[in-house]
Amino acid sequence: MSEEQGVLHVDLGKKAVFPSYEGGIPSEKVNVISWIKNFINKTFVITELEVRKLRHDPTELFTRAAQPALWMLVFGEVFTRVRAIPTGNLSYLDFMAPGILAQSVLFVAIFYGIGIIWERDLGIVHKFLASPTPRAALVLGKALSAGVRALSQAVIIYLLALLLHVRLSWEPLSLLGIALAVILGAALFSTFSLIVACIVKTRERFMGIGQVLTMPLFFASNAIYPISIMPDWLKVIAHVNPLTYEVDALRAMMLVGGTSVYGISTDFVALIVSIIGLVAIGAKLYPTVAR
Amino acid sequence: MTESVLEKSLIAQKKTSKMNNIILETRNLTRRFGDFTAVDSISFSVGSGEVFGLVGPNGAGKTTTIKMLTTLLPPTSGMALVAGRDVVRQASNVRRVIGYVPQLLSADGSLTAYENLLIFAKLYDIPAKEREKRISDSLHFMGLADSADKLVRSYSGGMIRRLEIAQAVLHRPHVLFLDEPTVGLDPVARDTVWKYVGALSGQGTTVVMTTHYMEEADSMCSNVAIMNHGKIAAIGSPSDLKRSIGSDGATLDKVFEFYVGSTLENSETGERFKDVRRTRRTARRLG
Repeated sequence: MSEEQGVLHVDLGKKAVFPSYEGGIPSEKVNVISWIKNFINKTFVITELEVRKLRHDPTELFTRAAQPALWMLVFGEVFTRVRAIPTGNLSYLDFMAPGILAQSVLFVAIFYGIGIIWERDLGIVHKFLASPTPRAALVLGKALSAGVRALSQAVIIYLLALLLHVRLSWEPLSLLGIALAVILGAALFSTFSLIVACIVKTRERFMGIGQVLTMPLFFASNAIYPISIMPDWLKVIAHVNPLTYEVDALRAMMLVGGTSVYGISTDFVALIVSIIGLVAIGAKLYPTVAR
Repeated sequence: MTESVLEKSLIAQKKTSKMNNIILETRNLTRRFGDFTAVDSISFSVGSGEVFGLVGPNGAGKTTTIKMLTTLLPPTSGMALVAGRDVVRQASNVRRVIGYVPQLLSADGSLTAYENLLIFAKLYDIPAKEREKRISDSLHFMGLADSADKLVRSYSGGMIRRLEIAQAVLHRPHVLFLDEPTVGLDPVARDTVWKYVGALSGQGTTVVMTTHYMEEADSMCSNVAIMNHGKIAAIGSPSDLKRSIGSDGATLDKVFEFYVGSTLENSETGERFKDVRRTRRTARRLG
């Protein structure tokens, strides 16, 4: 290597000679198609990693069942008797079952960021970031694994709903749609959680903020009452809350006689667009946790 | 620090580097965090096949330097080339040809050793037909074949380190970065780690490592850069450095004292709380 000319020649023996940069260092060229193929491939590797972890220790899937059970058994049973909330042709218990499913998906996902902080403290994040994996694949892979966790919640809630005689729809297409909506919802809120974790950076602050975010997201949605009975200012918030669209889709597909307020395709578009936006932001912020 | 001595040691380093090809080079590499300059315009080069040590107290800027070389942290100014690729503008190309073992024990405890390696084999695009053989070879090489299917959670600190090194060299990187590879390990585990690092180096892998154990740098490294307060105080082979202070029989500790003007223990002032806290946490995890 000759420093005088500002030209770099390095010979690695059997490997090729590295290029000389006479006109400055070129940026990397990216082939879009191979980038997308690589992105999808790596996303699934990250999801595989998380699923393998879950397989070694699946207990957490069951301990999470307590909260939705309480909501359905206590809150649901009581409010079904009160008949205070207008739920159209559905019983209140039927009306709230999809809402509770969405809620437990939200709860599974919203504390996902704490794992990122934990992995940062262990140096795991550093190692992944030093690998050639696309940042967006690291983020989306984790998001999809939250979806896998959330699916186990869906199974538990379906069991509860069966016990409580909720009029569930068993159409295969509806079930497929439910699974998709659950995965998308979990991916969305876990990515949101990752973004929060990247910003606050410590476990203590994250726990505080996680608590503060969960309840407003839940109550400012159509999960346990229809938006039509909300005051106007809350209606606005509920309409930009992605949870609303998730609940809307779930309610239409999960129940016999369930209807969608916004249309199922609108719901899915809202969820997917939100995820793309959040993954893009997450991919930008994720590398900063290692700094 | 006397300028002429530094120059002398730089020349000494050039001489040794000239014998082989340069695989890593920094020019005026600098990183600031607000007002604090963690790495202050450092320039050095590493020859292919070397074991190069960045030595110095905690807070000297070693980890920050490694983070810049591994593309985790963008430099504030200056540049660094790893295997001919720029760490900022060609970051993903750099990532393809490096292996990195962070200071903390980063193998995933809730997976087996095999799974830890499998995931990284996939992330580094090791072809499916080669994957199993590479993984089993590296498990054997690192002496982990018998516990390949145990959860890493049950491993000792030394075993985790070896697994991490196996993970980092699975794709046969040009340069392996080790950040404080033996911190928190007992002496036996430390020796084992060095034995494997020595073996990797024998196979031609360039190793860039940080350590604050001077005796380790002395016995392992072909060249060392002594860092203090973000600057390189002296650079060269351990024997050249000792000669440069006029005493062949000196320890590297003495060399450090000569160039930095204080002993290693006394100079730990720039240490940042965050780093200490993390190091302690690792130490606790290792028992």
